[in-house]
Amino acid sequence: MAEAARPTPVSDERVKQMSGMRRALIRPELGGIVGTIAVFAFFLIFAADSGMFNIQGVLNWSIVSAQFMIIAVGACLLMIAGEFDLSVGSMIGFAGMSIAILTVTLGWPVWLAILLTFVLCIAIGALNGYIVVRTGLPSFIVTLAFLFILRGFTIFLPQLIERKTIIGGVSDAAAGDPVAWLFGGKILNGLFVWLGDAGVIAVFERGNNKGQPVVDGIPLLIVWAVALVIFGHILLTRTRFGNWIFASGGDAQAARYVGVPVNRVKILMFMFSAFCATVFATCQVMEFGSAGADRGLLKEFEAIIAVVIGGALLTGGYGSVIGAALGALIFGVVQQGLFFAGVESSLFRVFLGVILLGAVVLNTYIRRLITGER
Amino acid sequence: MSPLPPPLIEMRNIEKHFGSVIALAGVSLQIYPGECHCLLGDNGAGKSTFIKTMSGVHKPTSGEILFDGKPTQFDDPRDAIAAGIATVYQDLAMIPLMSVSRNFFMGNEPLRKFGPFRLFDHEKANRITMQEMRAMGINLRGPDQAVGTLSGGERQTVAIARAVHFGAKVLILDEPTSALGVRQTANVLSTVDRVRKKGVAVVFITHNVRHAMAVGDRFTVLNRGKTLGTSERGQITPEELQDLMAGGQEMAALEASLGGTV
Repeated sequence: MAEAARPTPVSDERVKQMSGMRRALIRPELGGIVGTIAVFAFFLIFAADSGMFNIQGVLNWSIVSAQFMIIAVGACLLMIAGEFDLSVGSMIGFAGMSIAILTVTLGWPVWLAILLTFVLCIAIGALNGYIVVRTGLPSFIVTLAFLFILRGFTIFLPQLIERKTIIGGVSDAAAGDPVAWLFGGKILNGLFVWLGDAGVIAVFERGNNKGQPVVDGIPLLIVWAVALVIFGHILLTRTRFGNWIFASGGDAQAARYVGVPVNRVKILMFMFSAFCATVFATCQVMEFGSAGADRGLLKEFEAIIAVVIGGALLTGGYGSVIGAALGALIFGVVQQGLFFAGVESSLFRVFLGVILLGAVVLNTYIRRLITGER
Repeated sequence: MSPLPPPLIEMRNIEKHFGSVIALAGVSLQIYPGECHCLLGDNGAGKSTFIKTMSGVHKPTSGEILFDGKPTQFDDPRDAIAAGIATVYQDLAMIPLMSVSRNFFMGNEPLRKFGPFRLFDHEKANRITMQEMRAMGINLRGPDQAVGTLSGGERQTVAIARAVHFGAKVLILDEPTSALGVRQTANVLSTVDRVRKKGVAVVFITHNVRHAMAVGDRFTVLNRGKTLGTSERGQITPEELQDLMAGGQEMAALEASLGGTV
């Protein structure tokens, strides 16, 4: 077909060329990257000799960061799909209590209790999503309702059954259970023993554990966090479904017009958020050996803050899982670092507020550069 | 345009009621391959309802849709898209936060195998996007440039290119020029012309007679849920079209009072 007036692609004088350096820097995670560098620099200067950066210290803040990461991944993908889940914190309390009641009170095997809890919590996540999609109500309100409903049950049920708000004794029941190990165990024990023997890391000088390395393995909590971050990142950036997540949050109607199953995407993301909350809860119950009615309080906000520090847009359609993971890392390092630095712990909030504000201002600026928003 | 091939789509006596409101009261229309069929009408004439019926968003209360000569019923927009009817909505065409390449393949992402997994083939998507954009005369900094950085006319053009790339036989454009400046409008109109020459049928909805006259082969005017007939290019003057759209005498009176500037 002959086209007479085919416009020749000449370079447009109104499209500014960007330098490679600038292009490499202009990315959604930049706020998170800058924040991470700032936080590490701060603590390397003010808390270098406090033990924060020896192997125990590193493990300490890594565990806290990993906890934040697990819920941040779920919150991140959901937020990019255009929705919030404020019931994450209550879901953590609820899931933990469910495991404890099923194993300790009802005497079920731990693996079955964990499995049923996962099914139950993911179903509640699906219900959250279904209500949001069906009614068109803001997810903020729907999940706020579940924040209260789930917390209420989490306080009510153990009081009804055991007449207390903390149910312990899960550790005994979980001993030797392979599924429980998947959440509460440690890996690479041999490596750390070898490192201890080789003198690379410190070993206990006396006591029962004399000769054992001070860190005897990587908790599976951290493995879960890293695995979820990698999974979330690949899902979001490298798959068809990831494109649908962006599209659903960017403009649900436009996405529907080209055949993206927006409702399915949103409900699945609510389920994934619930899954992440349950992973968090299971790891916590296995670590403490107990479930408490107040576990997970305010975690939904911490997850959302980590995601926003990581460059995601509160209204959906834009964000990064790597950014959210960095946000969680900042969170964990600051929380534990202030303790190491001997700073009054209430200042944690001040510090966090300052970082949140700084990162979000930077992120907004970057996002406008990328997306052409005014 | 004679002799005419068989119509791609034939809408027969389409009626659509919303509760007690009669939005369409028996509209008939034929769309032929390679033509640009302009659907004109004032606000509230039923243009939007009509094209939403054609694209599977609404089901007609009564009447028949024939696609390629066969009676067809579209249950949802996906059905219509699969059959080859693509609609480009005025402001809902693109997602500004996403890159051109991600937008272009939204809902039709190319996949490549990676072990047991199937991943989004970004390389292929980027290559095709750049190619198609160049063919449409849009210079991108890169396929990862966000749609939000494009102008309104460019966004329409991307949406049209996308629909054509994915095998649209009928392209419905819902007021593509109503929010655009002069230059951008000209770009969109020339895109329409280019697409039509590929044998795609274009249904062009507008209430701007001049835009319609610029590209249209045939013109159908809707007024208060009814068609006022279809005319071919050259058989009707812009003034006549304008009169038909606005409903005749009242408009003539108005126009006189405005000194013929409308």
